[in-house]
Amino acid sequence: MSKSEHSEKIILEAKNVEAWFGDFQAVKGINVQYSERTINAIIGPSGCGKSTYLRCLNRIHEEIEGTKVHGEVLLEGKNIYDKKIDVVEVRKRIGMVFQKPNPFPSMSILDNVVIGLRLQGITKRSTLMEVAESCLRKAALWEEVKDKLNSLGTSLSGGQQQRLCIARALAINPPVLLMDEPTSALDPIATAKIEELMNEIKLDYTVIIVTHNMQQAARISDYTSFFVYGKMIEHGLSSDIFTNPKEKQTEDYISGRFG
Amino acid sequence: MNYRIIRKIKNALFKFVIVLSAFMVLIPLFLIIQFVFVQGMGSLNLSFFTEIPKPVGEIGGGMKHAILGTIYTVLLGALMAVPIGITCGVYLSEFRKSKLSKTLRLTVDLMSGIPSIVIGIFAYLMVVVPLKSFSALAGGVALAIIMLPIIIKTSEEILKLVPDHIREAGLALGLPRWKIIFFIILKGSVSNLLTGIILAISRAAGETAPLLFTAFGNMYMNFNMKEPMATLPVQIYTYAISPFKDWQRQAWAGAFILMVLILAMNIFARYVLTKIKDKKGF
Repeated sequence: MSKSEHSEKIILEAKNVEAWFGDFQAVKGINVQYSERTINAIIGPSGCGKSTYLRCLNRIHEEIEGTKVHGEVLLEGKNIYDKKIDVVEVRKRIGMVFQKPNPFPSMSILDNVVIGLRLQGITKRSTLMEVAESCLRKAALWEEVKDKLNSLGTSLSGGQQQRLCIARALAINPPVLLMDEPTSALDPIATAKIEELMNEIKLDYTVIIVTHNMQQAARISDYTSFFVYGKMIEHGLSSDIFTNPKEKQTEDYISGRFG
Repeated sequence: MNYRIIRKIKNALFKFVIVLSAFMVLIPLFLIIQFVFVQGMGSLNLSFFTEIPKPVGEIGGGMKHAILGTIYTVLLGALMAVPIGITCGVYLSEFRKSKLSKTLRLTVDLMSGIPSIVIGIFAYLMVVVPLKSFSALAGGVALAIIMLPIIIKTSEEILKLVPDHIREAGLALGLPRWKIIFFIILKGSVSNLLTGIILAISRAAGETAPLLFTAFGNMYMNFNMKEPMATLPVQIYTYAISPFKDWQRQAWAGAFILMVLILAMNIFARYVLTKIKDKKGF
């Protein structure tokens, strides 16, 4: 894959992002820029603050009691932590897929996909059906569920549920999609399906993915950041990070000597 | 060898004691049900359901007015208690650690311990005195106060069971918190909440003390909430302490119907609704 084809337009930028749980600082001074329509992986040992950092990017971290965030996150040049910005609007533009598939239990497959739009006031059935189909297709789930859109979302298998959650996140059409270890609870076949669809959605969205799986990061991402103890040790083209890392710590980690 | 025998005897003794105490709990329950059943069934007839009381001294008549009156006052109470109770439950489960939550939680615990006769006096002072009349409304208020702590407690517990990642999924979709609460969390917990509500209603339906000087009771059909209204428990109480054989007979029938009503609600809430819940919801 030639890297030059990426537009250089920066869509999301973290400026000195720091995050705390009570007195414990989990994320320390992260600075990084994400280009439009790229997949960006964040790797690092457990407890290195990568999930927390990701959760700062759509202001979900602050929902946990006793936490705080410093620094700026610029979405298309505007700081999402600005006091004048409505947090609900931020999250409409930065979607998120979680580690554990979490479809809404009492809702059908169809309702799960369109709930975001419906609760935003879009109730026209034809529009909702259109969005549902296109998002389920993007999430590579349409063929499997098109005949049972009214069964419960929770009746699907784990891998299907996770793809349903991806479709649900895509339905509100956010330019940026955050994924927090989306395949760690899935088997290799389900994982492969999700990696495949990520290559598709990359054509329209910017993806930032936290992963424990270095092979996964190497396979799917254009850029990779390496985190240790809340600090970003290295950030760069994945092809460089995985073949020719600049930092000793990165090399130790990806070669399995550490972490 | 000797030690083992002693151990076995101790074991048998202990088992005997716990089985005995289990039976001691079951026996009164069965005796009550059996007693009311036998006495009540013998006293039941069609006119019990279709007629209102006859003038004193005449044989016959029924408790239609009290059966409907109980349903009326209990629903009136539920109408007040359910919205407030569920909203408080939502508050307690969504804002678990706020100061107000802690105060509210303590208040609710204390409320469930208030003797029901005191609640009756309270409703008397708050509603009967200002309106200058015993009324179904006052009875409803008293029953609502009885139901409130039960509804608040159960809905808090039920909503706490909704995993946090469901809330996060909603937040990540850019939904405001109140929409997540109403359209995702509450919607997914309907059958559970209904169980709590029905249990609260069945508790209130059997209460006599709070109704004695609120709904008060009467001997005719009434659907005006500003007037006194007959209810099964009060009617049973009035008839049971009366000197008339026929009224005492009807008190048994009333007790039987009240018990069947409450048991049916309990069984419905505990078994039927929980079956539905297993298939759907959290």
